[in-house]
Amino acid sequence: MKAPVVEYIRPGSVTEAIDLLAQARGEARVIAGGQSLVAMMNLRVASPGLLIDIARLPELTAVSEEPDAVTLGACVTHAAIEDGKVADPSCGLMPRAAASLAYRAIRTRGTIGGSLALSDPAAEWPAVLTALDAEVTLCGPSGWRTLKCTEFVTGIFETKLASDEVIASVRVPKLSADARWGYLKLCRKSGEFASALAVVVTDRGRGFSRVVLGVANGAPLVLEEASRVVAEARGDEVGGAVAGDLDRAADRLFDEFQRNLHIVTAMRTVQQVLQ
Amino acid sequence: MTAVRLNINGKVIADDVPPRLSLADFLRERRNLTGTHLGCEHGVCGACTVLVDGEPARSCLMLAVACDERDVATIEGFAADRVIEALRRNFHQHHALQCGFCTPGMLVTARDLILRGKASSEREIREGLAGNICRCTGYTNIVTAIAEAAKETPHG
Repeated sequence: MKAPVVEYIRPGSVTEAIDLLAQARGEARVIAGGQSLVAMMNLRVASPGLLIDIARLPELTAVSEEPDAVTLGACVTHAAIEDGKVADPSCGLMPRAAASLAYRAIRTRGTIGGSLALSDPAAEWPAVLTALDAEVTLCGPSGWRTLKCTEFVTGIFETKLASDEVIASVRVPKLSADARWGYLKLCRKSGEFASALAVVVTDRGRGFSRVVLGVANGAPLVLEEASRVVAEARGDEVGGAVAGDLDRAADRLFDEFQRNLHIVTAMRTVQQVLQ
Repeated sequence: MTAVRLNINGKVIADDVPPRLSLADFLRERRNLTGTHLGCEHGVCGACTVLVDGEPARSCLMLAVACDERDVATIEGFAADRVIEALRRNFHQHHALQCGFCTPGMLVTARDLILRGKASSEREIREGLAGNICRCTGYTNIVTAIAEAAKETPHG
């Protein structure tokens, strides 16, 4: 189908974008790559009155590097991450995840901030950025605020992003040189949304290990016991730990099939790290 | 209506468009460039793939207004392109199309795979083509044609 009637404006700065959002009183949507939003408009699932196009704002495409972290502007594309055109704090995990995301013609336009703002439970970035313990910086009428990714995503397509705020950037801590990661996206056809998704990061240098599941009927699910098992390299106990973590996540209402998919995906991903 | 100015296949075009108009409909309805095909209109089938600023993009998921001051290349704009020439010839020789609906998107995608050096094995080509759906050929001949074209036109 075709997108519904909509107004369009391309502000010259983030401040201007936020003013426009406030004036529109909830009728406006911010558009970056538009790879989900325009599809949703074509399907008539979304019908905003006004589109505020932030894709080309230099403030939002900038990348900066500190000794211990990389900050990516919200409008950095998946393809730029895939191609290593921006600094990689993750020793290859982020380029790997980007390359598995949809198709190249989507990745050239879709953005990391857009993916987080929508927070589709089957999307790659919310799970990957949770596993990397990234922070999300939001900009709104009352200023800037920074949240951990674990706090930012609150549920299925639900985040702490207020209707008058814009995601400005994502700050990803750098992994140590000897850190290891595992990544597995289970889907029946390359590029489609995941049926199951697991990300494992273990960084002894920083005393950090985390096992995260995507497609988790809610925000990305951090598997606490499995994370401890990975930190202590107790490979034999992974299956039991994941099962226990899933038992404790009864509120996610996984059916037996999903539960089995999650266990298998998590175990295979942990094996990538502990081998 | 919003004023846009964009470069299509090397020609600068200025027009007024309603913001809801997709780049694909702009190309087809306003510029009569009907080589760009519309299948699913939500980014899954790949038939509408064009180049925007030299990179493949779904013209059904881009608004024409958002292409202001950008370069767009459609299948009509590749007459002199050596990679497309090799692809066209190999698609013909290997019977890589039947109805032809997916072909413009296949060619634009395949050209990008070859130029990025992502067409060196059957597996790589199949991965790269996952976002382009063909309902006639079963893909085998398309993959063969791309592999042959890639051998003829080393990337870079």
